[in-house]
Amino acid sequence: MSDTTTTAVTGRINGREQTLQIDNADLLLDVLRDLGLRGAKPSCEMEVCGACTVQLDGLPVSACTTLAAEIDGRDVETIEHLDADGTLHPVQEAFLRHSALQCGFCTPGMVMTAKALLEQDPDPSREDVVHWLEGSICRCTGYATIIDAVLDAAEVMRRAR
Amino acid sequence: MLILSDFRLHRPASLADALLLRAELGDEGAVYAGGTELLLALKMGVLEYEHLIDIKRCPELRGVQQVDGTVRIGAATTHRDLETSPLLARLLPALAELERHVANIRVRAAGTIGGNLAFAEPHADPPAMLTALDARVELAGPAGVRELPVEDFVLGAYETALGDDELVTAVVVPVPPAGVRATYRKLATLERPTVGVAVMGEVAGDTFATAPAVVVGAVDERPLRVDATPLAGASVRDRDALEAVVEAARDLVDPVDDLSGSADYKRHLTGVVTRRALEHIVDPGSPS
Ligand code: FES
Ligand code: FES
Repeated sequence: MSDTTTTAVTGRINGREQTLQIDNADLLLDVLRDLGLRGAKPSCEMEVCGACTVQLDGLPVSACTTLAAEIDGRDVETIEHLDADGTLHPVQEAFLRHSALQCGFCTPGMVMTAKALLEQDPDPSREDVVHWLEGSICRCTGYATIIDAVLDAAEVMRRAR
Repeated sequence: MLILSDFRLHRPASLADALLLRAELGDEGAVYAGGTELLLALKMGVLEYEHLIDIKRCPELRGVQQVDGTVRIGAATTHRDLETSPLLARLLPALAELERHVANIRVRAAGTIGGNLAFAEPHADPPAMLTALDARVELAGPAGVRELPVEDFVLGAYETALGDDELVTAVVVPVPPAGVRATYRKLATLERPTVGVAVMGEVAGDTFATAPAVVVGAVDERPLRVDATPLAGASVRDRDALEAVVEAARDLVDPVDDLSGSADYKRHLTGVVTRRALEHIVDPGSPS
């Protein structure tokens, strides 16, 4: 039985397996940001805005409301991993083509959420994209360019397969 | 950043171990699954626990199975698992559709059906639907396993019949017989429903064979069953019968003013959403 307030966890962060001694009370967002991965942003901290979105085992989660200990045995991916090989991910390229960002605060979350969608469903309808992005808030773009970008990225990725 | 205070994290690998921890820790330990409700409450300081028991590693608590005439949903099954379960889509399509619209994708990826029921946040979607479907909650504790109808399990806001030494292990939903349909309509301003209405009934053409089950969720502290006898044997196009049930729903609820609206507004919406749900079950193409 656990009698300390920390837990030893081994998980993959951006493709690299790491063993960390985690404070049970630490949230994933804090731990990632302490590791220098600052793409995911604290904003609402209540699971409603999406600014802190990372992928956990392929699905988007709110890192603001996920215990860091949850990475044990699992795979975390953040926006920083997407251009690790020096080229942008097709979703990022599409965001640029469609000017789907202005201040950029929401963008890491939007991109990670959109990427997760395209991994689950390579050929989403416009309605599917809207539904999947519900709960991802952007104060700048008005969303239309973001949705266009996701659909465009889907097409590019399908053609590349 | 919102900071949690320290706690011990227990991660039992079996239901038996989880129950031992429950018995030992009692009300000093919180059951932790998706954390979508619990972590918010801990962050805001409205709850504090010395121990969290993470039940996600208990294989007995996960997955969707067909058992006799029911669908048995493990308590730690996520909303996303339910949204994408082929079994649920086939046997309980209205519940699968509801799950697709719970909160947002991040909450669905983490949050669980058992957690949703056990936390008993009134502004939730599943409880009304599970009540209409006559679902039961399976609870395990030192004295063994017991089952309660969902409507007897949820006692009020954040209040359930769950004992300090018990765990919700599953939700058991009877598969409706052929000809019986269900639907759920809601109006949500933020991510939680302001009003949600679930209906289950036997429909032939546009006529209800018997009075449908009509359950209003999210308005009061717990789901409420509306008396729908005026619709027994009646067509949904029988305006008098339909409006009698809509009126009964409006009269039944006891809303309070809060962030999702004034009491008057919520009473009005209860009528609107009840009407839409009754029309939708007969004509799935009707506006939502
Ligand atoms: S900061 Fe996590 S969802 Fe808004
Ligand atoms: S680009 Fe500014 S919030 Fe989305």
